[in-house]
Amino acid sequence: MARRAAFLAGAGAAALAAGLALAQAPGPAPEPHRTITSPESGRNYATPETLAIQDDDFQNPAFLWVEEGEQAWNHPAGSAGQSCASCHQDATASMRGVRARYPAYNAAKGRVVTLEQQVNICRTERMGAPELRIDSRELNAMTAFIGLQSRGMPMNVDISGPARPFFDRGEEFYNTRRGQLDMRCGSCHEDNYGRSLRADLLSQGMSNGFPTYRLKEQRVISLQFRLQGCVNDVRGEPPAMGSEEFTNLEFYLAWRAQGLPVETPSVRR
Amino acid sequence: MAAPIGQPRVRLPAQIKAGEVIEIRTLISHIMETGQRRNQEGQIIPRDIIKSFTCTFEGQPVFSMDLHPAISANPYIAFPFKAERAGNLEMVWTNDAGEQRKLTQAVRLAE
Ligand code: HEC
Ligand code: HEC
Repeated sequence: MARRAAFLAGAGAAALAAGLALAQAPGPAPEPHRTITSPESGRNYATPETLAIQDDDFQNPAFLWVEEGEQAWNHPAGSAGQSCASCHQDATASMRGVRARYPAYNAAKGRVVTLEQQVNICRTERMGAPELRIDSRELNAMTAFIGLQSRGMPMNVDISGPARPFFDRGEEFYNTRRGQLDMRCGSCHEDNYGRSLRADLLSQGMSNGFPTYRLKEQRVISLQFRLQGCVNDVRGEPPAMGSEEFTNLEFYLAWRAQGLPVETPSVRR
Repeated sequence: MAAPIGQPRVRLPAQIKAGEVIEIRTLISHIMETGQRRNQEGQIIPRDIIKSFTCTFEGQPVFSMDLHPAISANPYIAFPFKAERAGNLEMVWTNDAGEQRKLTQAVRLAE
């Protein structure tokens, strides 16, 4: 704010008029405000015991899901008799970097879609196969398998152009107080990370490790299942998994985590 | 009605020398239902766990253990083994209903 005021005072009325003209021309939307300027992965807040499981691909139970996803990748499903591999061949090449770019704007749909929704688009529109339920074992297995192909790559979602309104709605959801406790997401993950909440150490609530093996649930969970849990924690009414609200929120979360390495499949308490 | 016993994963070191003590690592997909939880109607969900694991090498016992309900889902079991010669390891996971999942793993020795 201070910098902008100085600029206006120094440059005078002509610059002010030019600034107004600029604001009217259709240009790139301004870079959104970052509350957390140096994001930290949830792994920095996990116990050494939990990390030991995450850092050992053999012991990490999420790899049971990864293997199921890999099998499903190569297995024909639906009336077209095709598998994912029929079109996308080797996932280690074709799916590399995909998880890091999702959610992403889908021009045909005219909206942002999550990785889960993209898998279901391919199933229903290209394979003649039924949709998989969000957070079902089959879908989490597939997204864990696809996500693994981006492990270590920086999160890098594109919020520009037509994607921006969806991002803005996600940001608004993030910053809205809700539930009987009247809290924002940031009440915990921006204002209080590093502090304990009951048995948990609060992290910045980053999404780079999903889907994740949750020790408490003893299964792989999707990001939106976790988000329902967080809204329940403030005694709010969570939107449905797969809803537009959560899709936009997931998009905003991915941008918050921009630059963090994909850790799929992570392990969390 | 028991839950399926999933596909096991077993890992041995890539290179094994004769006489070396190696660690055999196993992981199997299973719900390990404790028998102490209730469903939404308030009824007890029946216990359904992997209750035992055994490993033999060419018919000789190598390792066995009984599992109990406090063990997490998808049990991870690791144990040492002295690899004297090449041969086959037989591993068996058994659930409460007596159903079994078996896996044969060859032990090859490096030259
Ligand atoms: C008949 C061919 C076909 C089959 C079968 C198919 N897909 Fe696709 N898939 C496509 C095409 C074409 C695109 C890109 C166009 C689009 O975005 O819709 C795509 C896009 C994707 C993307 C987004 C990639 C990116 O770079 O953004 C993912 C992820 C994906 N598919 C996963 C799957 C999975 C998982 C399966 C199996 C369940 C599958 N697909 C089956 C044709 C197919
Ligand atoms: C009352 C405090 C609280 C609020 C409010 C809250 N969360 Fe959380 N959240 C937690 C706790 C506790 C955890 C588990 C420990 C951790 O990672 O912080 C968690 C975990 C997460 C994680 C997983 C982090 C990881 O590394 O696996 C994400 C993502 C997340 N929250 C997003 C959100 C979003 C989005 C909102 C708003 C809709 C929100 N949270 C609101 C308490 C909260």
